[in-house]
Amino acid sequence: MPIRRDDRGRYVEVELGRVEESLWLRCTECGELVFRRKLRETNHICPRCGAYFFLTAQERIASLCDEGSFQPLTVGHSSSDPLGFVDRRPYEERLAEAQSLTGLRDAVMVGRARVSGHPVMLAVMDFRFIGGSMGWVVGEEIATAIEGAAEGKNPFVLVVASGGARVQEGTVSLMQMAKTVAARSLLAEAGIPFIAVLTYPSTGGMLASVASLADVTVAEQGAMIGFAGPRVIEQTTGERLPAGFQTAKFALEHGIVDQVVTREALHDELGRVLGVLTEGGHAE
Amino acid sequence: MPSEEPIRVLEAKVAELRQMVVDGELDLKEELELLERKLHGLKEKRYASLSDWDRVALARHTDRPRGLRLVEAVTESFYELRGDRAIGDDPALRGGLARLGGHRAVLLFHHRGATAEEQRTCRSGMAKPQGYRKALRLMDIADRLRLPLVTLVDTPGAYPGVEAEEQNIAGAIAACIARMLSMRVPTISVIHGEGGSGGAIALAVADRVIMLENATYSVISPEGAAAILWKDAGAAPEAAGALRITAPRLLELAIADEVVPEPLGGAHNDPAATADALQAVIVRHLGELHVRSLDERMAMRYKRYRHAGGSRSNPDQG
Ligand SMILES: [Zn+2]
Repeated sequence: MPIRRDDRGRYVEVELGRVEESLWLRCTECGELVFRRKLRETNHICPRCGAYFFLTAQERIASLCDEGSFQPLTVGHSSSDPLGFVDRRPYEERLAEAQSLTGLRDAVMVGRARVSGHPVMLAVMDFRFIGGSMGWVVGEEIATAIEGAAEGKNPFVLVVASGGARVQEGTVSLMQMAKTVAARSLLAEAGIPFIAVLTYPSTGGMLASVASLADVTVAEQGAMIGFAGPRVIEQTTGERLPAGFQTAKFALEHGIVDQVVTREALHDELGRVLGVLTEGGHAE
Repeated sequence: MPSEEPIRVLEAKVAELRQMVVDGELDLKEELELLERKLHGLKEKRYASLSDWDRVALARHTDRPRGLRLVEAVTESFYELRGDRAIGDDPALRGGLARLGGHRAVLLFHHRGATAEEQRTCRSGMAKPQGYRKALRLMDIADRLRLPLVTLVDTPGAYPGVEAEEQNIAGAIAACIARMLSMRVPTISVIHGEGGSGGAIALAVADRVIMLENATYSVISPEGAAAILWKDAGAAPEAAGALRITAPRLLELAIADEVVPEPLGGAHNDPAATADALQAVIVRHLGELHVRSLDERMAMRYKRYRHAGGSRSNPDQG
């Protein structure tokens, strides 16, 4: 788990133990050095303490979809820099770096796939790509995937791994909240189900827009679900955060999600939900 | 922001002189005219080229007309509605029924509080889930009664607190965005102070987005961006520029539709003139929206937000 408590009982965010080139990864929870290939066998769960390492988009697709069923959607654009933004480094440089690290165009992969035999439209976010933040391209890809789902009459499955809005795109990133929510109305018009899977992390502007508007919302064990970051809350209010704050269990207990599911069970769980939603019956 | 001191000193002198003229003590008309011209020149020079950071300071100015005071200045009458019918009432996000330039409307606005004590109660305009759920209730009323919706946005952001998280503040904001997009009546948002992130966009997904000249609308405060990206609190002025959060920049990005000029030196220098100008612009947009059919307005709104923020990155999209 990438969130732990420090000795004063407060929550601190710690570096996620993934270094792309190394053979071993350090578990941020128990400190164990885990052989990478071993992690692949355990679905990226620490063999010593059971902590969840986050999944890349490619790994998530492999673990969720029926083998070989994922067909990426072609969305015709490249990563953009709407403001020509430069802080200590140009945003374009950060984008190029994230692209070479992840092999992705931006922080989401969209495409058609099958889950337990059910055809779906899938959007899977990747936390490695600038914290899975939602800028113009992510908004555009999610909106395009939703349009594809509505047209093709396939349920839309969104796997969230996002820290929120992409700061480097300023107010344009804020607009992506409106863009993705606008697209979502097409699903309602077409009577197409929308399932959200909240993983680590599902926070900020992502949670305050399309990710909160699914028909069925399941949280993966190990998820972090919340609007404001723990540090922001402490600094603004001086409040002490309760144990288990913003965990999947917390979200379930406060009525924010329908179910908490382990990583191993997620594929079957989605299959069950899709089965109930799409098989037989008299839905017009 | 550079000092306003020389202007304030000259203003005091001019006022003194004017009083002497009124009292008939001395014949100082010529001197007075000269000084008034000089004062105006000084103000024009001072305020002609405001930096983005100057505008951030003006947006946050303590004397800036906002909240209930602004509502009372732009409406002929206002009847407040309270409560979300579930948890409670949030004094940071208020609303009600209003008459505005002869139009009936439902009004929603952030309220930061006028006094220090009120600011504590209102958390300086940072609304809680019950505030956004009250907003949803009032949006429903607007649609039912076929009253246009006008929102006045001025918040540092939604309230970050344990209870707000327990009551799903993110879900409340998301629901507001969705509800604003589904409104059947004309909708107008005025960002007149600070438009802070999710707490602001929850009330700003409208047919028309109007900004006061010195208002800001941003995904993060310049201070926050400076800390995260520059790792230097002193970089806030630079961040304000790079993030393009001021009204003129957002007009260029087609995120704002119109910028309402403020009195020289900012809205606080003439709140009445600011309110009059704002009311005139709101009334004009309401008039423009009223003549369009429901289908046309819904299609325009969908297109606008489906392609939002794409003006520079993807010029062939609206
Ligand atoms: Zn471990």
